[in-house]
Amino acid sequence: MISRSDSDRPSPEALLREAAREGRGRLKVFLGAAPGVGKTYEMLTEGGARKRASTDVVLGIVETHGRVETEALTKDFEIVPRRTVDYQGRALSEMDVDAILERHPQLVLVDELAHTNAPGCRHPKRWQDVEELLAAGIDVYSTLNVQHLESLNDVVASFTRVRVRETVPDSILETADIEVVDIPPDELIERLKEGKVYIPQEATRALGHFFSKSNLSALRELALRRAAQAVDTQMLDYLRAHALAGTWAAGERIVVAVSELSGSMYLIRAAKRLADAQNAPWSAVYVETPRSLNFTEQDREILAEGMRLASQLGATVASIPAANVVDGLKLAIEEMRATQLVIGKSVRSRWFELRHGSVVDRLVRETPGVAVHVLPHVEGLVDRISPERRRRGSWGNPIGYAVSIVLVALFTAVAVGVHSFGGLTNVALVYLVPVLAAASLYGLRTGVFTGILSALAYNFFFLEPVYTFTIQDPENVLTVFVFIIVAIVTSQFAARVRVQANLAERSSGQNAALASFARTLSRVATTHELGQTLCGEVSRQFDVNALFLLPSEQSGLELASAVPPDATRGPIDTAAAEWSVDHKQVAGRGSSTLTASEWLFQPLLSSGRAIGVLGIAKTDGSEPVRTDRLPFLMSFIDQAALALERIELAEDLTSVVQLRERDRLRGALLSSVSHDLRTPLTTIIAAVNELKKAKAADPKLLGEIESQSERLSRFVSNMLDMVRIEAGGIQLMLEPVDLTEAVASAADDLRQELADHPVKFEIAPDLPLVRLDPQLFHQCLVNLLENAAKYSDPKAGITIEAYRESNGMILSIIDKGAGLPPGMEDRVFETFVRIEGSDRKGGTGLGLAIVKGFIEAMGLEIAARNNEDSSGARFMIRFPEQVLVREAAMAE
Amino acid sequence: MSKHKVVVVDDEPAIRRLLRVALERADYSVVEASNGREALSSLSIDHPDAVLLDLGLPDREGLELVPLIAKTGAALLVISAREATQEKVAALDLGADDYVTKPFDTDEVLARLRRALRQHLNLNGNEPIKLGDLEIDLLARRVRRGGADVHLTPKEYALLAELAKYPGRVLTHSQILREVWGQAHEGHVEYLRVTARGLRMKIEADPSRPEILKTEPAIGYRLRDPVKE
Repeated sequence: MISRSDSDRPSPEALLREAAREGRGRLKVFLGAAPGVGKTYEMLTEGGARKRASTDVVLGIVETHGRVETEALTKDFEIVPRRTVDYQGRALSEMDVDAILERHPQLVLVDELAHTNAPGCRHPKRWQDVEELLAAGIDVYSTLNVQHLESLNDVVASFTRVRVRETVPDSILETADIEVVDIPPDELIERLKEGKVYIPQEATRALGHFFSKSNLSALRELALRRAAQAVDTQMLDYLRAHALAGTWAAGERIVVAVSELSGSMYLIRAAKRLADAQNAPWSAVYVETPRSLNFTEQDREILAEGMRLASQLGATVASIPAANVVDGLKLAIEEMRATQLVIGKSVRSRWFELRHGSVVDRLVRETPGVAVHVLPHVEGLVDRISPERRRRGSWGNPIGYAVSIVLVALFTAVAVGVHSFGGLTNVALVYLVPVLAAASLYGLRTGVFTGILSALAYNFFFLEPVYTFTIQDPENVLTVFVFIIVAIVTSQFAARVRVQANLAERSSGQNAALASFARTLSRVATTHELGQTLCGEVSRQFDVNALFLLPSEQSGLELASAVPPDATRGPIDTAAAEWSVDHKQVAGRGSSTLTASEWLFQPLLSSGRAIGVLGIAKTDGSEPVRTDRLPFLMSFIDQAALALERIELAEDLTSVVQLRERDRLRGALLSSVSHDLRTPLTTIIAAVNELKKAKAADPKLLGEIESQSERLSRFVSNMLDMVRIEAGGIQLMLEPVDLTEAVASAADDLRQELADHPVKFEIAPDLPLVRLDPQLFHQCLVNLLENAAKYSDPKAGITIEAYRESNGMILSIIDKGAGLPPGMEDRVFETFVRIEGSDRKGGTGLGLAIVKGFIEAMGLEIAARNNEDSSGARFMIRFPEQVLVREAAMAE
Repeated sequence: MSKHKVVVVDDEPAIRRLLRVALERADYSVVEASNGREALSSLSIDHPDAVLLDLGLPDREGLELVPLIAKTGAALLVISAREATQEKVAALDLGADDYVTKPFDTDEVLARLRRALRQHLNLNGNEPIKLGDLEIDLLARRVRRGGADVHLTPKEYALLAELAKYPGRVLTHSQILREVWGQAHEGHVEYLRVTARGLRMKIEADPSRPEILKTEPAIGYRLRDPVKE
């Protein structure tokens, strides 16, 4: 269970989902219970309303099925032309995703979310196209019938007897707005009779049944419930992201046991519904028992399909090696802190259960505190496993039988030798050797077979009457019987030991490979070495070609390394690799995206971004990696991602250190230059003063020297200030400041510069004090006033106003002059930017940059803009509420 | 009366030479010191009336010299860089009479030096102090403006009187707060700001353009004679 403090925190997943939503387009799904309810019509109507509200709307694809009303509605829209795909000589038209991305409207209408694209399109499914449009920030309206939802597929099929192949994962609804398009069943049936409903091909056969009133009512209820649930989920996400405690679902976690039986699909969907209803995280677990070594290709395929389905439905998937199913599930429950377990009812025989105890019974007994849901295996819909396949699967290796026959023949010869100088008992013992050998080498059935064969041989060659299968002595009947029992028992033990040894060997082999890979990675220092190591190891372990690509600075992906070095990839492979990096998902052969590529691309993820991508391909073009080996591959990739992240961090750190060192040097240089300039300047200025007094030279010339020296001195001061700001070396000495006083003092410092510019103060006398660094603030005011004087028309005047506003205070310095060129409002604060066409006044271009630096260091804000009547510029400093000082009551 | 003797402590020969020219023109006799050690020996040998001390010395912290110089009774003017505000405040708190900022105007140096010397030599002048049309009579505890009495609150008067004891000289925030509000309120600059605001309303012709009660940002306050300066 989740502890209380845990549940007060916003869930990171919820925050991530919220964040991921920003910048993405929004999806709105018009959800209907059945064809013919008017989803497309509704979508077009609403799209039209948005268009009239001047949203940029286009039609991506709409099937009107010849309905006149619907057809008429499409006339209002700009339609993106469809793309024609040539498939086996037929021209199929599909939605053109690239054209829509290129056109980039605000909203695109895409009919029939569950549609399956023609082969050769980028994605097999239309909902994947929609995902891509959403990711590009385009809003999408789409339509969907409730039976196309993955998790409801079984439920709908169970009562309508119509199974649709085109399904959409439930996750797509999780972030979507859902509008249920609903009409009463009677009305729909009426419309059907009037021929107003287009009937999809696959539904024609079951038409009468499908559109029955009870079916329609059930479908309608499903649609309404699903919509309500999506709203619920979104609300919960919001609550979690904003850590509103109290409305949390209890910490339910659900584990579903997946097996190689086709009924697993049903279990997985049921678990998904259970998880959705309780808003619980869920996992699909496969327990890898010794039995799994005997799996046929078909078993593996079903298992892989189950795992794929579970992960598509949002489960975390894991495969756990264990001696038996119960131990494995117990481990999974413990690790995932699961509170509920979903398993299928055992399809084993009564006989098996009597011997081994029912899995369900043991689970219920041994996992206290866990609710165990046992679901029946629905006949027909579910268990496609054929008895014939079952038998074939367990008959074992024919070579074993051949070897056994040879062994028995061989030991019959030996037994003949033994018989010539020993008793019958010794002969019987000789026959145990082939039985043990066969049982330990080839398993139970071969062992039993050998036992029976040996007993027959023993009987035929040695028991009276010899050379017949009849047995005279009843004692010998017992011998044969014991013979067979020994064979069974030993072969069972031998078989189990053998299987477990195999399993242990495989898993220790994997562990050893991973450990050695980790060791090698820890010594890797460059991305190139990393690529080499990863490709080499993956190629060795999985017997594939491998290549490693890194996102390059410019664009696209750069080949970092490849095994073999001449491994080639075509444009489609490159597209798959890029898609994989962009979407942080697996792509290519064996995935669900861009399957035409020969390569399977797995991105290396680190802190939510793809930092590289690994491609693998079989030389014979078959699927690159078996699904049950996928976790093993993922371990390699995860380790490589960690190492890559470490390498990149180290590289970043080096460059940061270099950068910092360069900054430090620049700062030191500037500061030393400024200090060295300042002393001679002080001397020059003072000397000019003396000369003026002594009337030793032309006062005009002396005045020129004086003003230029002062200008130089100001420049030096500004440079020093800028260095301080850029080095982040400003130490604030905060104290309460009276704005009136501060402004007066700055204006007083600039008496000469302001001589031609009458200053008007409009400062309320009772403004609160402000907590500031008075020296920095003084410098800001001086620079701002200097700037105002520089760009103001003479005699026009400068106004300084300050007033309280709702959450702070504003001080504005307003000049009357040409103002700022449009677009320069923010640029004036950049270093060395001076307003064009006004350089006649001179300046360093640093004054305002310093103002901004100081203002922000003190926690204030500054902005520049032109007066509304374009009579000049105004610079506004905003003091937030927290820097204001409450009136000093004890002043008196 | 003999010439006043001034020690110029600065490590820059150019600045020493220049100050010597200016000071000698104003009829002071000048002793130069290029570092802290020379400054200290000059203090005991020459018994100067005033010291011009650059706080950035090569051999020791200029600030360390401030209390030593203040103890000898010599007027002390410190010279410091513009951005070194804290250094100035510290020097004033340690007993310096005033400060000038580099780059400086020699006339300003002379004016401040003259004022500091005057205060040092004649601290207890009982004459009413006149600043423009403002007249402060410390003995009678009376303030008049343009001949009419100005009614001040006790704290406003205390602030004005404290500054009037040293006309023209900068008093730091903590010096004023200590004297007027007491040791415990040394950190309460806001009291000072509010009182100064009230005082300006009563003694300044235009409180938004103060001519008498001047602010030295981040350092303190001083009274200025609007006629003389």
